[in-house]
Amino acid sequence: MSTYKMFFAGSGGQGVLLMGQIITYAAMLEGKEATFLPSYGPEMRGGTANCTVVVSDKPVSSPLIYEADIAVVMNRPSMDKFEPMVKKGGFMFYNESIIDRKPARDDIKSVAVDLAARCAALGNDKVANMVMLGEVVRGTGVVQVETVFKVFEKVFSGRKAALIPLNKQAFLGE
Amino acid sequence: MTTDKVLMKGNEAFAEAAIRGGARMYFGYPITPQSEVPEYMSRELPKHGGYFVQAESELGAINMAYGAGAAGGTVFISSSSPGIALMQEGMSFLCSAEVPLLAMNVSRGGPGIGGIQPGQADYYQVTRGGGNGDYRIPVFAPSSIQEAVDLLYEGTELAQQWRNPIMILADGMIGQMMEPVRLPEFKPVPKPNEIAGIRDWACTGYNDRGGDHNRRVVKSLRMKPEDLEAHVEKLFEKYARAEKELCRYETENLKGAEVVLVAFGTTARICREACEVLAEQGIKAGLIRPISLWPFPNKAFDEIDFGATKAVVSVELSMGQMITDVKLALNGRLPAFLAHRTGGMVPTSLEVAARAKAVLEGLK
Repeated sequence: MSTYKMFFAGSGGQGVLLMGQIITYAAMLEGKEATFLPSYGPEMRGGTANCTVVVSDKPVSSPLIYEADIAVVMNRPSMDKFEPMVKKGGFMFYNESIIDRKPARDDIKSVAVDLAARCAALGNDKVANMVMLGEVVRGTGVVQVETVFKVFEKVFSGRKAALIPLNKQAFLGE
Repeated sequence: MTTDKVLMKGNEAFAEAAIRGGARMYFGYPITPQSEVPEYMSRELPKHGGYFVQAESELGAINMAYGAGAAGGTVFISSSSPGIALMQEGMSFLCSAEVPLLAMNVSRGGPGIGGIQPGQADYYQVTRGGGNGDYRIPVFAPSSIQEAVDLLYEGTELAQQWRNPIMILADGMIGQMMEPVRLPEFKPVPKPNEIAGIRDWACTGYNDRGGDHNRRVVKSLRMKPEDLEAHVEKLFEKYARAEKELCRYETENLKGAEVVLVAFGTTARICREACEVLAEQGIKAGLIRPISLWPFPNKAFDEIDFGATKAVVSVELSMGQMITDVKLALNGRLPAFLAHRTGGMVPTSLEVAARAKAVLEGLK
């Protein structure tokens, strides 16, 4: 691995920033260099939310990217915006439950994830982002699954520790 | 002596670094994109025996800092562009009265109330001074959260050592992003009754001074022109020393470079990637990254490979302010060009590389 550049995008509340933070945190625990750059401002209030993550073996130069190895899009506006920015041969993971079109490009690896069905099977619609994150991590190897679980221990502490089994289950797609 | 790496948002890491550096008084007023700094301070500073005051305005905050600093406090303040603009009168007063202060500007687009996205158009404000009179403020511009943490940690001491405000100029991008960072150990902090002895100019009252009843005066007003002239001359002897001792910069790949980019803060990171983009196109590009903006690192420009370099490009998130200093440093030795976005827009490395390439082609 040298460098992974990633976009995570969706609407406010879909947990796209947390997905990016968990990848960044896991990269740090693996001794890699990483940056997390969120969009900020009025667009956070229920509008679009996105973040940029760069994971690398060497110090990250620009935290701002114009093309991605991996794009994770949770809604239609995000797919419209970020699909053209995926590198040829790169990945796009998309939430096919609510995105009402197919990917336009055939030179990237598009992975459809039916988050609504997956959450229904889990009996909890709040873990959609963890279902997606699991697909991304297991599908690309950007970080290791075990490292993400170490991050869960740090992120879900105290009372939230009870949520770890559900999040692991969502993440592993079991 | 550092901790393990932690993942922190820029603004929270800045606040923690100031606390670890010994700051125990913070005065501020919330403004995006740095509101996490006062938020963090309000929560964490009291745990370390410090004082957080949300001022009624930035004018209030800078004058609280003036008073607390004059009384020997280790003070940190932060704001963003228009808030820092409101503090300029106070900055001039602190410089005149030689009151230490660590200040941070997490800057955004302007002019006026502007926007909340990253900007670097406060370059003139921080290097030339928006306040009145003859004064200077050392300004450091970090390009990573780690560098910001290290500068803030050192900054509390620099402010005391130089008895002057020290400014850390970041931008909204570095304030809002997260990066792994190693936090330094907590510096020992003097007890209140020890300050009179350590800061032998501070207005601490007589109680802790062991019978020394000499008056200590911290003031900005000097009515006799002879006195004021002598005072300003003395300040500028200090600034002349600061120009030598506080000049900091980094250079990369200057040898054989056809074009040299100059950029500070997060823009320098975009330029580092732009140099790689140019290299892929067969163009050798170097980088000068000023860390101190005042004093501006003129000597970095003496390291340019004048046999190879054809142009210098100042890359800025403004309509071109640092380029004034770049031209002064070049002193006619090479032409200087501008690559810029403004208003909160940030160029990609591709845009910067394309501009540098166009500059070189224009010279043919």
